[in-house]
Amino acid sequence: MKNMKVLLVDDEEELVSTMAERLSMRGIDADWSTSAEDALRRLETCRYDIAVLDVKIPRMNGIELKKRMERKCSRTKFIFLTGHGSERDFRVGSLEAGPEFYLVKPANIEELIEKMGQLMER
Amino acid sequence: MDGKCGIVGEAGLQFFGRITASVSHEIKNVLAVLNENAGLLEDVVLMAEKGIPLDTERLKRMAGSMERQILRANGIVENMNRFAHAVDEKVQEVDLNETLSLLVALTRRFADMRGVTLEPVYVDSRVLLISNPFLLQNLLWCFLDFAMEVAGKGKGLKIVADADDRVVRIRFAGLERLAERDTPVFPSEREMALIEALEADFSVDPEVSQVIMTLPRRRYI
Repeated sequence: MKNMKVLLVDDEEELVSTMAERLSMRGIDADWSTSAEDALRRLETCRYDIAVLDVKIPRMNGIELKKRMERKCSRTKFIFLTGHGSERDFRVGSLEAGPEFYLVKPANIEELIEKMGQLMER
Repeated sequence: MDGKCGIVGEAGLQFFGRITASVSHEIKNVLAVLNENAGLLEDVVLMAEKGIPLDTERLKRMAGSMERQILRANGIVENMNRFAHAVDEKVQEVDLNETLSLLVALTRRFADMRGVTLEPVYVDSRVLLISNPFLLQNLLWCFLDFAMEVAGKGKGLKIVADADDRVVRIRFAGLERLAERDTPVFPSEREMALIEALEADFSVDPEVSQVIMTLPRRRYI
């Protein structure tokens, strides 16, 4: 977990910046992006083990972003975060990431870290 | 309930559902930020208990963030409340500028998702009309929703409201994709039913990339 590199993507800057700060306090190296375009740029170097994506991101939804990120870097694994609790979003998100890697906001940071650990062990 | 009434009712429910879903999403985001700030505060306290000095700048930053989110949530709830009260009276005097600014605020997230910037232009300080407030909001939403879908590359969508003695006009400009073939059918049966219910009219002009809605200043019922 200590060497894990994480990218948080959500258009809520205060959310991702605070989450990144809290993850860093726990020894996890976390960067954040507030747009899909920036997230894709950051992935050029393929340095992230895990990307935590909001299902709904301006101009490109999280599912589409995940597909593009996978094309750039196949080793990155994904966790979805969503503000929506709709059945449709759950179906789509859990299909893409697996139901256990789909978290509803507000998420618990310890639960998020636990999910990251599970993903890394896969 | 006849067919037209049924369509108007269904359109209203759909509109209400989409707006409340968007508002709940916004509130969830506010709660998520507050949740992270509360968690960070707890982390900082735990660190202090272990002898790490309190970083007052960090505390100030957290307080600022929480204050901003509370103001944001207050604005969201106030808008939601104004929106919900649109069903109180079937017919009343409405300020179109106020209605438009409320709708622009309620639609902001939909616009952000599509990368569209909404630019309302109010020619007069007040534009009063007698209308059904909820149906009016619903019809304006339908036009806005369509306009966002066909906004051009720059994604700037101008909404210009003006009036004369007889009618009010709302012009949706910057719809550069209006002439393209893959645009949604507009107006659909739902919009036509609302147009009829409000005695409104409309024109679509792909050459100047705009759609104009006109409404009578006074609707006799």
